[in-house]
Amino acid sequence: MSAVPAPTTTAAPAPAVETPIRRFLRTFAEDRVAVLGFSLFALIVLLAVCAPLITPQNPYDLAKVDLMDSRLPPGERMGDGFTAWLGSDGVGRDLYSGILYGLRISLMVGALSGLIAASIGMSVGLLAAYAGGRVETFIMRIVDLQLSLPAILIALILVAALGKGVDKIIIALVVVQWAYYARTVRASALVERRKEYVEAAQSLGLSTRAIVFRHIMPNCLAPVIVILTVQTAHAISLEATLSFLGVGLPQTEPSLGVLIANGFQYMLSGRYWISFFPGLALLLTIVSINLMGDRIRDVLNPRLEK
Amino acid sequence: MSTQAEPLLRVTDLATHFVTRAGTVKAVDGVSFEVARGEVLGLVGESGSGKSVTGYSILGLVDPPGRIVSGSIRFSGRELVGMDDEAMRAIRGREIAMIFQDPMMTLNPVLRIDTQMIEAILAHERVSERAARDRAIEALRKVGIPSPRERLEAYPHQFSGGMRQRVAIATALLNRPALIVADEPTTALDVTIQSQILAEMQSLCRETGTALIWITHDLTVVAGLAQQVAVMYAGRIVERAGVDALLDSPLHPYTEGLLGSLPSSVMPGQPLRQIPGSTPSLGRLPPGCAFSPRCSYATERCSRDAPGVSFEGFSVTPADSPTQAAARAPRQYRCHHPLQDARR
Repeated sequence: MSAVPAPTTTAAPAPAVETPIRRFLRTFAEDRVAVLGFSLFALIVLLAVCAPLITPQNPYDLAKVDLMDSRLPPGERMGDGFTAWLGSDGVGRDLYSGILYGLRISLMVGALSGLIAASIGMSVGLLAAYAGGRVETFIMRIVDLQLSLPAILIALILVAALGKGVDKIIIALVVVQWAYYARTVRASALVERRKEYVEAAQSLGLSTRAIVFRHIMPNCLAPVIVILTVQTAHAISLEATLSFLGVGLPQTEPSLGVLIANGFQYMLSGRYWISFFPGLALLLTIVSINLMGDRIRDVLNPRLEK
Repeated sequence: MSTQAEPLLRVTDLATHFVTRAGTVKAVDGVSFEVARGEVLGLVGESGSGKSVTGYSILGLVDPPGRIVSGSIRFSGRELVGMDDEAMRAIRGREIAMIFQDPMMTLNPVLRIDTQMIEAILAHERVSERAARDRAIEALRKVGIPSPRERLEAYPHQFSGGMRQRVAIATALLNRPALIVADEPTTALDVTIQSQILAEMQSLCRETGTALIWITHDLTVVAGLAQQVAVMYAGRIVERAGVDALLDSPLHPYTEGLLGSLPSSVMPGQPLRQIPGSTPSLGRLPPGCAFSPRCSYATERCSRDAPGVSFEGFSVTPADSPTQAAARAPRQYRCHHPLQDARR
């Protein structure tokens, strides 16, 4: 009964190394809703990436689009012989094809603008935290100024000034988002640079660049990852909003927002599907990203640990 | 020119002050001492006595609002005070290394041990990563970490406190520095690990000829380790001497008080003697000798004039200022009424 545990010596073989990433994945997977969100998101990404292979029609190819097919309800046969399971829109594009192609643009715009904004915001935030003094005050007042204005307003002004196009939308979204990253990274970097490992790194004679980017930055990543998920979802919906308002992407590059806007005028005449299905796709995308984001926040927040 | 070779480190009249809105805090105020090659100096004092700031000053790591306001730190022929950042960085980690108090905090939690150790080598030398890795493995083996090759790939959280401190020591030894400043490296460890680490540090330094400044509040640690001991109080060295002389016949009442408060100094069952009062705030030091309000030998003169540096066993050459002489003398103290007078 009295099983005495074998004395653990220091010479015992090193335990299997669990990298932080592996530990993160394990904890993440403990939550079913998050796994569901991740699966849904993975499916959406897969569908978007494979769009040209699995859609019956290329909505960009105007030669394939026939105006005779416009406003067909879901399940009708198109002129080309395939069935439009989700119906067709006002100019005769198959909605299923349109949604998958639209997802590609929406996801790309969201992810690209998020990543660019994160890199810029992180660099600026680290600079502010490490430089301190006037540089910090200057940067942080710009951040405050920017965050005090509604994002949609800034984006609208920028897109109006820059013109239409995917690149312009991305620029506008980066400008809207970078400040969130800068503020968060500065806050964590201020905490991190006071920690002793930074002093230890200095005592080893490492360069300032090595200390900032190799030692401080990775320790500030946790909140950035959380914001990245939330902001990507936000960017996707903001892009859809801009496109819906008619200042985002052109008709020839239909993102989900453009598709929703196209169908809006038919809503009252009972042709719900033109707006409804793209809207549903947008909703599922954003919800799936947010479900993942919630879990990532929980996993990465040491205060919420059991 | 002095005829004898310069010591590895000579600190003369060092003053490091922190200028804040509430006033100037003289954390280090006129500290002079020498460390020879391979020598171990114990820097002893209470919290807030300025012993850590002295250590940080040597490495040029005093954070603002702190600043070295005067004095000189000569390290193997070069002046470190006022040296430009880039040159200082080349010395840091290569010629002077530091070991910190809390091993839980000094290793970066998100980087593997190998990343951190190899980086420390590559910051100073152009060697291949493989060579750097081999050196890291060798350093870990030296400090007694079993299966170093495997452990090198672990993260800090996979080590115990004692093991982490060993890793920190191994990292400090990587570039074979001539001087290591150890800021209470065993305080956060339990007593058995503490004695192991002490013994290892001692043999490692002896083996490599590394000089050591061991900052601690624990006189018993210093007794077994150091050749020289400097006792700090309120930003000044109140007494510095060889370890035996200091322990056997302290000159300064504060040193005597510290020795008297050790458990081994009284008969079992007797209460420990303690120094009355508490450390004064460095921003508001009493006039005269900072220790005078707590000193049982204090006279009226003590609360009026601050005692200057006195020294023994060294004859002043005309070229020497008193502080330089004090740095070189085998024994220095700051007291109007050194205990020897009373004993005589």
